[in-house]
Formats: sequence, C-alpha cells, structure tokens
Amino acid sequence: MSSVKTLKINGKDVSARTDDTILQVIREHDIFLPTLCHIEGLSAVGACRLCLVEINGSSKLRSACVTQVEEGMEVVTDNERLQKYRRMILEMLFVEGNHVCAVCVANGYCELQWLAERLGVDHTRLIYLHPDKHVDASHYRYAIDHNRCILCARCVRVCGEIEGAHTWDVAGRGINAHVVTDLNTSWDSSPTCTECGKCVQVCPTGALFKKSRAIGEMAKDNHFLPYLKTMREVNKNDR
Amino acid sequence: MTAKVSLATVWLDGCSGCHMSFLDIDEVLLNIADRIDLVYSPLVDNKVFPEMVDLTLVEGAVSSEDDRAKIIKIRQHTRLLIAMGDCAVTGNVPAMRNRYSVEAIQQRAYVENADLQRQPPTSVVPKLLPKVQPVHNVVTVDQFLPGCPPPSTLIRDVLLALLAGQKPTFAPRFG
Repeated sequence: MSSVKTLKINGKDVSARTDDTILQVIREHDIFLPTLCHIEGLSAVGACRLCLVEINGSSKLRSACVTQVEEGMEVVTDNERLQKYRRMILEMLFVEGNHVCAVCVANGYCELQWLAERLGVDHTRLIYLHPDKHVDASHYRYAIDHNRCILCARCVRVCGEIEGAHTWDVAGRGINAHVVTDLNTSWDSSPTCTECGKCVQVCPTGALFKKSRAIGEMAKDNHFLPYLKTMREVNKNDR
Repeated sequence: MTAKVSLATVWLDGCSGCHMSFLDIDEVLLNIADRIDLVYSPLVDNKVFPEMVDLTLVEGAVSSEDDRAKIIKIRQHTRLLIAMGDCAVTGNVPAMRNRYSVEAIQQRAYVENADLQRQPPTSVVPKLLPKVQPVHNVVTVDQFLPGCPPPSTLIRDVLLALLAGQKPTFAPRFG
C-alpha cells in the first residue's frame, strides 16, 4: 500500500503521509486555518471546532485536526459559510466567559483576541451570560482565572502528556464544565503539580497566568513548543 | 459648497477614554472642522439633542435608566450610529457588575465602603438597570468600533472614510 496520499486543498494538489491529519497538511503548506485548542505535539481533541473544513462539498463539516487525509479528498479551508461558523464560535466563546480584554493580563498576547481580530469579529450578536466563575490564586507562583478559560484543555494535555503529572483535568458537563487541579482541590494543595509552568505558557488566553503580571504583561514564553512532539515520543518510549 | 455633516458624540457608562482618543486625532480635527458641525457632545454646550444628526459616536455601555432613555432617543434622531469602544460594543468593565444584583453593588458602594450618609441614593442619580448592556442590545448599531479605547488613528480613519462617503474597512480589536 502506498504511504502517500494525494488530495486537493483549495483546489491545489498536495501529497500527504497516510497518517497525517488534514490540519498537518494545511500547516505544511502554510495555509491559514484558525485553531485554539490545537498545539503541535499534543494529542488532538477537536475541542474548539475552529479548524472545521468542507470535504468533498459535503454539508457536514469536519475538524481538520482530528480528520485523517484520504486519497482524492477535496478540502476547502475558507469560504463564506466557514467564516460565518468560525465567527459564531468565537462569539459563543466570548459570551460564555467573562472576557474583559481591557483589564486582562494577556491583553495583546491572547489567541482568542488575535483570532477575533483576524476573523473580523467586531461585536457579538449573542447575549453575554456573565457567568459566576471564580479565581484560584492559592498557588504562590501561578493563578487560574476561570472567567477567561475557553476549555481548550491544552493545560490538561501538556500536563498529562508532556510533564506526566496529570494535575489538570476537566470536571462538570456542558456549560458547567471547568478545569480542575487534582480532585477539584485548590492548586496550592496539589501533591502532583511540579510547578513546571507549561500549562501557563500554552494557555491561549489569560486564564492561566504568572502572578505579579499586570494588565497586558502576560507574554507567553513558548520557546519549548517546537520540542513538544519529541518530548511526548520520549515519554511514550519510557513507558 | 456641500452642506456640513452634523456630528454628535455621547458619553454613557464609560471612562471618557474614547473621547480622549477622539480628541487625540489632533490636527485632523482642524482639517475636518470645515466639513463637520459638532452639534451635541460633552465637548460642546448643547443640552438638547437636535432633530436629526448625520453621525453619532456613542461611548459607554447602557447602565442606567437615563442611559437607556438617552440612547433610544438618540437612535431616533441619528442617521448613522457608531458604537465607539469596548464599553459600547461589549459592556466591558461596567458590565463586570452583571453577576451581582444592583442591591448588592449599592450596599458595597454606598454602605460598606462609605463613611458618611451610608445609604444608596434615592434621588438625582439615575436608577441603575439590573444588567449593563452593550448599545446594540438596546438599539440598532450601524458600525462597531471596538478597542479600549479605539486607537485615535482608527477613529480618524473611520471618520475620514465616512466623510468621503466610503464604508470604513479595518481589523477590529477588543481591548
């Protein structure tokens, strides 16, 4: 069997490895496709749905990050319909949390804010829910503000798959879902957290941040991101 | 000579930062002065909103009964309404009170944190609405100008485009 698949992306012929996802091929060809939950090197979960694409003109949209390439596939990454859905997803993220960019540590460094700018979200047509969410600032070095969390689960995956600590997880369902440390105990009492801070650095918004950072000061230190894939493979081999 | 474009600016629940940013377009204000007529604004001394205004810039969220009455009236007397800044567009900082009741907020502000006259105001100060709303939840908005504040260069470009009869194009950015 051939180890190469040939498919079309936006009308252009491209080749891919058999086990590639559509997103991997798209990224290799420098085509812009918005993502919030995806990070190269961590498992793909298809949580944010921003990378949805059209395949073979089907009305059912697929998340590029969790869909494998197939021979002869015809993928469309951008059209009016996809833009409409992506903007809607961003609007839903904005109204489900309490995202007040003006007073956020990540103002100017936030992937949600960047994508809203890039996709032309200038207001939300939905009603803001203003949910009652809390802040856990018990840890001496880091804090989590659930108001700004979009449930991408990057923190959960980087902690479990790379650091091997699995301090973070998701609790609750639907609108009540939220990330927790250990068994929903305060961060400072965590027996598993190694204080490595990877969760803070991969967080796309200002939900996880270093203490003593003021508004717009939470620049992410992401120099280790290119090595995540290697680190994860090393971890797998060790087991 | 064509008629001047009538311009109004309104200040609802906001910090006036958007108006500061508007003033920061500096000499452009002088350049467009012969094309606009500033008919109503915190910057001029006109207490009554005119019968019809071509363009109104609204700063701030709708937080009180007074804000709501004002914006409904202004909408009826404005051709093009622009929500200027994050408070008008999203509710922003003023809307952070929305998870608490008005009673709880007033208790905190006028009783717990007060030294004198420890009671919520009963007259003069407009009554707060239960929830702070972005402007477009109350009236139709024609153009959104997010930012806290929107950069003066953006306000300048949008004004110049509108004065030239063009639709402004820009990348909107919250915060």
